Amino acid sequence: MSASSAFNDEKGGSSSVGEPEYGHDPASGGIFSSDYKRHDDLKEMLDSNKDSLKLEAMKRIVAMIARGKNASDLFPAVVKNVACKNIEVKKLVYVYLVRYAEEQQDLALLSISTFQRGLKDPNQLIRASALRVLSSIRVTIIVPIMMLAIKEAASDMSPYVRKTAAHAIPKLYSLDPEQKDQLIEVIEKLLADKTTLVAGSVVMAFEEVCPERIDLIHKNYRKLCNLLIDVEEWGQVVIINMLTRYARTQFLNPNINESLLEEGSGGDKTFYGSDEDEDEDEEEKEKNAEAPAMAKRKPYVMDPDHRLLLRNTKPLLQSRNAAVVMAVAQLYFHLAPKAEVGVIAKALVRLLRSHSEVQYVVLQNVATMTIKRRGMFEPYLKSFYIRSTDPTQIKVLKLEVLTNLANETNISTILREFQTYIKSMDKDFVAATIQAIGRCATNIGEVRDTCLNGLVQLLSNRDELVVAESVVVIKKLLQMQPEKHSDIIKHMAKLTDNIQVPMARASILWLIGEYCEHVPKIAPDVLRKMAKSFTNEEDIVKLQIINLAAKLYLTNSKQTKLLTQYVLNLAKYDQNYDIRDRARFIRQLIVPTEKSGALSKYAKKLFLALKPAPVLESPFKDRDHFQLGSLSHLLNAKAGGYQELPDWPEAAPDPSVRNVEVKDSVPEWTKCSSREKRKEKKVEKPFYSDSEGESGPTESADSESDSASGSESGSGSEESGSGSESVESEEGSESEEEEEDEEEKNKKKKKKELKKPVQESESEQSSEEEERKPERKSKQRKSDSESESDEEESESESSQSESEDSESEAEIKKKKKAAESKPPTKPVKKENKKEKKEMSLLDLDDFEPAPSPQVTPVNTFLSNSLVTDLEGLSLSDTVLSPATIAPSSALKNYELLHRITGEGLSVEYCFSRQPFSPDANMVAVQMQFTNNATSDTKNLHMEDVKLQSGMRVKEFPEIELLPAGETAAAVMGIDFCDSTQAANFQLCTHTKKFFVSIQPPVGELMRPIFLTENEFKKEQGQLMGMNEITEKLTLDAKCRNEHAIVQRVTTAANLSRVPCGSDKECRFAGRTVTSSSLVLVTVATKEEGAAQLTVNCEKMLIGTMLVKDILLALTQ
Amino acid sequence: MIHSLFLINHSGDIFLEKHWKSVISRSVCDYFFEAREKAVDPENVPPVLQTPHHYLISIYRGKLFFLSVIQTEVAPLFVIEFLHRVADTIQDYFGECSEGIIKDNIVTVYELLEEMLDNGFPLATESNVLKEMIRPPTILRSVVNTLTGSSNVGDTLPTGQLSNVPWRRAGVKYTNNEAYFDVIEEIDAILDKSGTTVFAEIQGVIEACVRLTGMPDLTLSFMNPRLLDDVSFHPCVRFKRWESERVLSFIPPDGNFTLMNYHVSSQNLVAIPVYVKQSISFFETGPCGRLDITIGPKQTMGKTVENMMVTIHMPKAVLNANLTATQGTYTYDLTTKVLVWDIGKLNPQKLPNLRGSLSTQLAISGNPRYIMTLKLSQLMLVDCLKVSRLDMYGEKYKPFKGVKYLTKAGKFQVRT
Repeated sequence: MSASSAFNDEKGGSSSVGEPEYGHDPASGGIFSSDYKRHDDLKEMLDSNKDSLKLEAMKRIVAMIARGKNASDLFPAVVKNVACKNIEVKKLVYVYLVRYAEEQQDLALLSISTFQRGLKDPNQLIRASALRVLSSIRVTIIVPIMMLAIKEAASDMSPYVRKTAAHAIPKLYSLDPEQKDQLIEVIEKLLADKTTLVAGSVVMAFEEVCPERIDLIHKNYRKLCNLLIDVEEWGQVVIINMLTRYARTQFLNPNINESLLEEGSGGDKTFYGSDEDEDEDEEEKEKNAEAPAMAKRKPYVMDPDHRLLLRNTKPLLQSRNAAVVMAVAQLYFHLAPKAEVGVIAKALVRLLRSHSEVQYVVLQNVATMTIKRRGMFEPYLKSFYIRSTDPTQIKVLKLEVLTNLANETNISTILREFQTYIKSMDKDFVAATIQAIGRCATNIGEVRDTCLNGLVQLLSNRDELVVAESVVVIKKLLQMQPEKHSDIIKHMAKLTDNIQVPMARASILWLIGEYCEHVPKIAPDVLRKMAKSFTNEEDIVKLQIINLAAKLYLTNSKQTKLLTQYVLNLAKYDQNYDIRDRARFIRQLIVPTEKSGALSKYAKKLFLALKPAPVLESPFKDRDHFQLGSLSHLLNAKAGGYQELPDWPEAAPDPSVRNVEVKDSVPEWTKCSSREKRKEKKVEKPFYSDSEGESGPTESADSESDSASGSESGSGSEESGSGSESVESEEGSESEEEEEDEEEKNKKKKKKELKKPVQESESEQSSEEEERKPERKSKQRKSDSESESDEEESESESSQSESEDSESEAEIKKKKKAAESKPPTKPVKKENKKEKKEMSLLDLDDFEPAPSPQVTPVNTFLSNSLVTDLEGLSLSDTVLSPATIAPSSALKNYELLHRITGEGLSVEYCFSRQPFSPDANMVAVQMQFTNNATSDTKNLHMEDVKLQSGMRVKEFPEIELLPAGETAAAVMGIDFCDSTQAANFQLCTHTKKFFVSIQPPVGELMRPIFLTENEFKKEQGQLMGMNEITEKLTLDAKCRNEHAIVQRVTTAANLSRVPCGSDKECRFAGRTVTSSSLVLVTVATKEEGAAQLTVNCEKMLIGTMLVKDILLALTQ
Repeated sequence: MIHSLFLINHSGDIFLEKHWKSVISRSVCDYFFEAREKAVDPENVPPVLQTPHHYLISIYRGKLFFLSVIQTEVAPLFVIEFLHRVADTIQDYFGECSEGIIKDNIVTVYELLEEMLDNGFPLATESNVLKEMIRPPTILRSVVNTLTGSSNVGDTLPTGQLSNVPWRRAGVKYTNNEAYFDVIEEIDAILDKSGTTVFAEIQGVIEACVRLTGMPDLTLSFMNPRLLDDVSFHPCVRFKRWESERVLSFIPPDGNFTLMNYHVSSQNLVAIPVYVKQSISFFETGPCGRLDITIGPKQTMGKTVENMMVTIHMPKAVLNANLTATQGTYTYDLTTKVLVWDIGKLNPQKLPNLRGSLSTQLAISGNPRYIMTLKLSQLMLVDCLKVSRLDMYGEKYKPFKGVKYLTKAGKFQVRT
């Protein structure tokens, strides 16, 4: 009621103000009478009582604004509707207000009280929209009101209102920069906010108001890193860009050691190829020169916070938003260790499929990156091939990238590609291509002659533009070694008759003049022809004719004296003063007169001095001093408001500034609404699961807990936790084993869990996470307990069992069947028993969620600790399983680096057959380093990994010191992508680099899995036909018994034995490491050592190779 | 951030302007018109221009320029991506993004722009949130609106922005619950003159149309996820689940959306479904040339090739074409010099052929370029991504599920 009365009041008030306002402005009425009239009827409509008329009027007014027409004279009529009850009218009035308030400040003040009232509204959305409009009205008088409103909104309960407050900060700042100090206080407060909704907006405000106050970020750094993945995409871009700058001030250069290393082993430099690179290193060296001694002694250790940033931004490379991908790419380029930068290449190449504007920006950045880190994009060379449909500006940029990528190995393909480009219809592009060929020729000595020949052939092209461009490029190339190419110069001299493009003519003339000694007969003749056509030439050609004349006069004055004088006379009367000037200057210099000074003696030296060959370099060189992805980088000029990317500090500032006290977080938590709380947890989750992810084998179990926490955002929490379980079992044939696996693990963890009191395992979990800081631990525990209570709530609320009912029935049946059908063979018997016991447990928490809220929390509590229990268990998995013969004794060692080639360092490796914990898709390779030399070896690490696409490597941690005679071991992981392709890399010590490669036997590309006989048969039934390979063989005399066969097969391939009823058959099962394709092996023995080997594998190639390997093992 | 936005049509008229901070005069666009003039082709206008006081960042979509004015440093891709998002939103609302449509709905577009940016910083760009605030027009509603005089502005305040799944609006209800997924794979290829593959790769996209009641939580799993080399997701996809299990787990936005883009790993050889035999020659002596193209199937795995179309960009000197096609029809646009040959279904028994003479001016320079578009229905390649199953949690009903596979030509080009 109060609102409506206020509305009436205002209506009366404003109309009385409005009318005299119009009286002031007779001109508009007089001259634009039709306009005035039209606006008049709009005013009438606005004054009416009908909402529909008002709406119609407002729509017409907004349409006028949108078209850019002036509607400011309607301000009084519109503003009185600001309190209109109809929300549609109100919205349009807001739109109008924001547009014209600046021009009609006094009248705009009338609306303020409405917004002030709105700021107190119980509905958060109304509060937010009131603040939004209030802060958008650019009226200086209300600055104090805005300030107050922002301060109040910054501590609002609703995160959405706080977000709006963050948006309002830069608005107020642009209106009145005096308020900066107060605004910084608000920013500081909002930076501490823990919701994703606010994070992006407040960092944007920070960037606009006080980007220099880096100290405000310290306390929030870790939080921002952890929140990042859940922030909306636009906020992500802003945060990542800001964090890049932050990291540059707070952490050490991760590549500092590499530059030092290169200093030590100068001989290997050529490997890094491009000259620019070396220059760069040189510079870097100089920069670091002050502290090399110190740095050498103290190897670089990455700050865990630095690592946190890199780790948390990496998933964002998968964003659909090109701006986010670019932001992460520039972060990696500027902050990551050399070896890790490569990951961004693939994502950037993906962006090349996007809109042409996106391509344009991405290619500019790629061009800059390719100069510094060429290797990164080399595998994607073909993605930069040019299509005839690309716009010219894209073509030219792609050409730039291709040129930067060119090196000795790929130059032939690139040149072939360039050849097809020359035939294009697009003339600018053809010209750019010829330039590019020229640059390849100067950069890569090997192909210089080939390129030159190719360019000379282009001289006979029908298209004059092509010829002209070629001439210009040839001129530059010839300058490098003119002696060898006098015939080309001759050829070009002939061209002067036909070619008309001035630049090309000028280039030819310059060449002939410069190297007139190589073509003594032709040069004067060319001058003769040119003298004839002098008056009709373009200016640059005339200048070159004068130059040519002068040079010839100096070398061959007998033949050319008259010609020269003739040319100089013509030039004397030329219209262009440059040419007249040049003629006068040259005449004085070369023609000896009594007046001419000492200078003419040196004329020859002046004109025919040896000129340095031009350096053709990329326009993108050194652009990387601008932050990549920025507007300044694109324009290659500093844009307003650009924040310089600082250089790395020499010594890291105190990292403890980023530590946060626990106390702070507690009240915040309680303040948040329950929804936010969930959000928070979701945010905590990546951190949590990440650290677990590092301990590989738990991953499958981890995912379970993961999905449970993930579902918090959506449905009832327990539900999908059990859901994911049921998916797997329903998935049918393929995932049957997985399920089994899962069950086995479950069983293990249950077993363990039964033994241990819950509390204990919980504490164990936290102690295992060594890296974690105390406050995190407690926070996490906090979140744990919180999640319980939370789940309790949701549990009791949602009627749980509905969705599972239908599924779970089938599920249970299936499971029971599976359990029952298990054969009572000896080795498994014990397990089956356990399994059955397990089954009931499983059923309990998966399919019959207890209706009472007391039970479920216990379950989740357990499953949390289970994960950690499992960690310790799964390693012993193979040992426990009686069917598997632990192959550890039979591990075969391979030589990676021989003592002699390694100059004292010898390296052996073996496939340890242990799960590689940081990444389950990788094969663990155990390496043993022995230093046989007399001196210590330092900084053993690997570098420059060359892989087939898809393959990945997890490097072993650097070995800092290997004293003489000592031995050290390290484990690395390689994802071979289920192929036997070798992984090539360099093994580096502090002085030397060795090229080495690891090629896996096919048997190491799999990991054992446990199957029952029935499952085995079922799976085998599905892998028939092409997927089955059968070979007959005669067993080696020594291996006719079952044990020997098992021994040999498991040595040859990392498989586990499948229990089997018949003693005539041995069965083995495994999965390939990367794709988890099933590998089944059967050896059926017959009399007299005859046997039949059957391999079933989804991947036929793997199958074939495996058959060969096993055959060899069994017949030897 | 973004200061102002101008929409400019093909002929250079500004037909919509929106300012998020103080008003910037239209005259700033003159710098753009200058660049536009210089570039000849609208595609070649540099996306980023520098003027004495402002920076202009523009995109070209549907014959319209979206020109934004910037005053300070900002990531150019940020602006470009946002402008495309504006165009996408308009397309989503009105079915197309053209001058006529925008002019007809100028108030709605203006309101949308108002909501999408606050002070030049993106506020609400999710179409589901926007649709709650400003309802898209439908025929029924426009009839009701004219009768009752109400408009499209939502009378409830949006809650979508507050939820932690901002892409989905609350309270969705359907009588028919359905979830359809289109797995579309595009072959990008460059073939050289002799028909050998210079470059070929497969890019895929999963387009989803999900109309499900409530808050469903979907899990989409694949038979062969190892095929995927590089992926990018809609923000709704839970990345951790993908990392660990290679399944897509997500709460879907309502309606149509792109779930995932992917790139098929390059280890798998790409089978090019068709071959092209072509010869185009221009006689040095007279003002004419000959053209002869034959197209045949190759590695189609028994599937038929449909919607086959060949586009040839002729050199400027080609005046007219006098050709006969054994199948389909051809048109030659005299102004743009583009020859389009619409073949339709490819018949392996009787290969389509196009031959005849070209009349030209005397000076011929450059070669024609080919672009082919073609479509193959159903599974075509051995190495095609296959969906194994879709599970739904969180809701009780049984939805209709469907997956359609489609392979078509992406940027498919034959060089001459």
